[in-house]
Amino acid sequence: MFGACCCRSESNLVCNSLCCVLVVVNISVQLRMTSVTPLRLVSRLFKPVSPVRTITLAYVTKQCDKGSTETYNSSYEPDIGNLYTEEHLSLRKTVRKIIDKDINPHVDEWEAAGEFPIRELFKKLGNAGILGVNMPQEFGGLGLDWSYSLAVAEELGYINCGSIPMAIGVQTEMSTQALAKFGSDELRKQFLAPAVAGDMIASIGVSELSAGSDVAAIKTQAVRKGDDYVINGSKMWITNGLKADWMCMLANTGSGPVHKNKSLIIVPLNTKGIERVKIDKLGMDCSDTAQIFFEDVRVPISYCIGEENHGFLYQMQQFQLERLFASGSLIIGLETIIKETAEYCSQRKAFGYPLINNQIIHYTLAELQTEVEALRALTYRAVARYIRGEDVTYLASMCKLKVGRLARQVTDSCLQYWGGMGYTKEVKVSRMYRDFRLVSIGGGADEVMLGIICKYMETLPTVK
Amino acid sequence: MSLRVLVGVKRVIDYAVKVRVKPDKTGVVTDGVKHSMNPFDEIAIEEAVRMKEKNIVKEIIAVSCGPQQCQETIRTALAMGADRGIHVEVAGKEYEAMQPFHVSKILAKLAQEEKVDIVLVGKQAIDDDCNQTGQMTAALLDWSQACFASKVEKTDGELTVTREIDGGLEVIKVKLPAVITSDLRLNEPRYATLPNIMKAKKKPMAKKTAADLGVDLTPRHEVLSVEDPPVREAGIKVETVEDLVGKLKQSGVI
Repeated sequence: MFGACCCRSESNLVCNSLCCVLVVVNISVQLRMTSVTPLRLVSRLFKPVSPVRTITLAYVTKQCDKGSTETYNSSYEPDIGNLYTEEHLSLRKTVRKIIDKDINPHVDEWEAAGEFPIRELFKKLGNAGILGVNMPQEFGGLGLDWSYSLAVAEELGYINCGSIPMAIGVQTEMSTQALAKFGSDELRKQFLAPAVAGDMIASIGVSELSAGSDVAAIKTQAVRKGDDYVINGSKMWITNGLKADWMCMLANTGSGPVHKNKSLIIVPLNTKGIERVKIDKLGMDCSDTAQIFFEDVRVPISYCIGEENHGFLYQMQQFQLERLFASGSLIIGLETIIKETAEYCSQRKAFGYPLINNQIIHYTLAELQTEVEALRALTYRAVARYIRGEDVTYLASMCKLKVGRLARQVTDSCLQYWGGMGYTKEVKVSRMYRDFRLVSIGGGADEVMLGIICKYMETLPTVK
Repeated sequence: MSLRVLVGVKRVIDYAVKVRVKPDKTGVVTDGVKHSMNPFDEIAIEEAVRMKEKNIVKEIIAVSCGPQQCQETIRTALAMGADRGIHVEVAGKEYEAMQPFHVSKILAKLAQEEKVDIVLVGKQAIDDDCNQTGQMTAALLDWSQACFASKVEKTDGELTVTREIDGGLEVIKVKLPAVITSDLRLNEPRYATLPNIMKAKKKPMAKKTAADLGVDLTPRHEVLSVEDPPVREAGIKVETVEDLVGKLKQSGVI
């Protein structure tokens, strides 16, 4: 979640070309299903302006021309009310059991200590199959579609802090997805299978000191020397960074344009020439977040995921699940805060009445709960489309934007009603206030999400 | 040698639930309350599954006595690795009055019918804390017993069991067939994975009644009243040591 996000400004052009790559896939889906995509809806509201979009829009426009007056066929929408089957609920039950027994009783202690026993916990989760829900079965995963991962993410919202769901999400959705999809069998055997089993801790290395949201601007270099890459540079905001066994690193490997010169490389973090420094943060207390320096670090060329210089594209795809995970994993946490605030306000009396009797309070909580349900609906819809093979960049970016903003709104509003207690470390709302503040920043800041949404709305000014 | 194991799994109110006494004091509130497998029985199942993984055991049969919902408890055991289940349906008044003695008779009868070598149960259930079923089953069958096991090893034709006793550990050898009850430190039960939960749905589960097994469920005793523990009374603050001593003398404590 601490990873960076997407390309902006100067990278605009190439990012559009990425959209094209993804959209080509999308078109084939459209043809097969002969129906409407979100793009089409958007195109009704916004006329195409960018020439790069024409590849996509040509098709959409054609369809629109054919029947521009036809009403939107709602039956095309996935039935998000039926996203969860009995199997999903069984999986959630297992997750809940681990949370109630092995996580929540210790969270306060771990938060105070500034770390949690990640190895032990990941082994337990790995044994229960939770770390490889959507991973291929031949590498120990359950091989299920992403709706099951959403079910897990949602249930992780019962954990009484933000750090642990984040650590799990980094392992399952952010560091290992590109490896699972594009890595060689040898590489997957060596690094993915142990990550799925909970024997290895993974991290994702994209952001740097001088490049966060602007991924294309990263400076870390991996230069070929014989059979090795020699890596020099540094990575910033690395969740699980101190304890991780390997990093899925984005590094410059070529001399071409900034989106075609990067590769994703697996870097074992016990390699010579690596130094890790812990970063002190506002919240996410028990999560270890590190800055990591690389000086003449050698890894075999075979540790490159997929094709060399395709790393930027792979990473952009990997970001989608990070965004969906972020929104999925916060829903229940936000609901819990609203619920606990209502309970507290029912007991706390001021001027002779329970606080909750103030209309401003019960109305505000109702308003917030409505927003959370809307976020849930948006998330389910994005996931339902994702598992059907669609490109959900547009919806996933909205999920990420909304969850970050809503998390700030819910925790801040609720904290106010807890009064002085809300400002102490005794209550959960203050921890969530600190922890969830990250969501608007990590994994692509709100502003970056807005930029992506604008691109889909065709309202982003082109850079001269 | 491959053994057959019968494991008793009891459905109890979940350990995390705050138990409430019914207003008429006939028992505790169970409607709409979360239930799970008795944690000690979970340990028993885990031990059986580990023995199977070590090829000591050939078949694991999970049995639960109680209402329809006990089948969920049996499914949990099947998801953890038991091979098949037996649900002995006991409902309503009979279930409310059922005691360890009745369950022991049912387990003993099933052990003979199924020709098992080991009966493995939790040392006690967390709802009634009786700690009787294993011992009585061994007595009814006239088998060896090893209660409060914290380690079970197979040595040819026998089991070497480490027992948790007051002030230490006792290592005993028991001949088969035997009844073993699990203590807390025997193992740490696994969480069922989704594929195993799914597989568990297809595993066979037989349904029986106490009458089928020829067990009479007539209660041997009657519950007169179930009460909440007394509520702790509020204390008072005193200003000085003299006040304190005075109050303590006054209340007859010193």
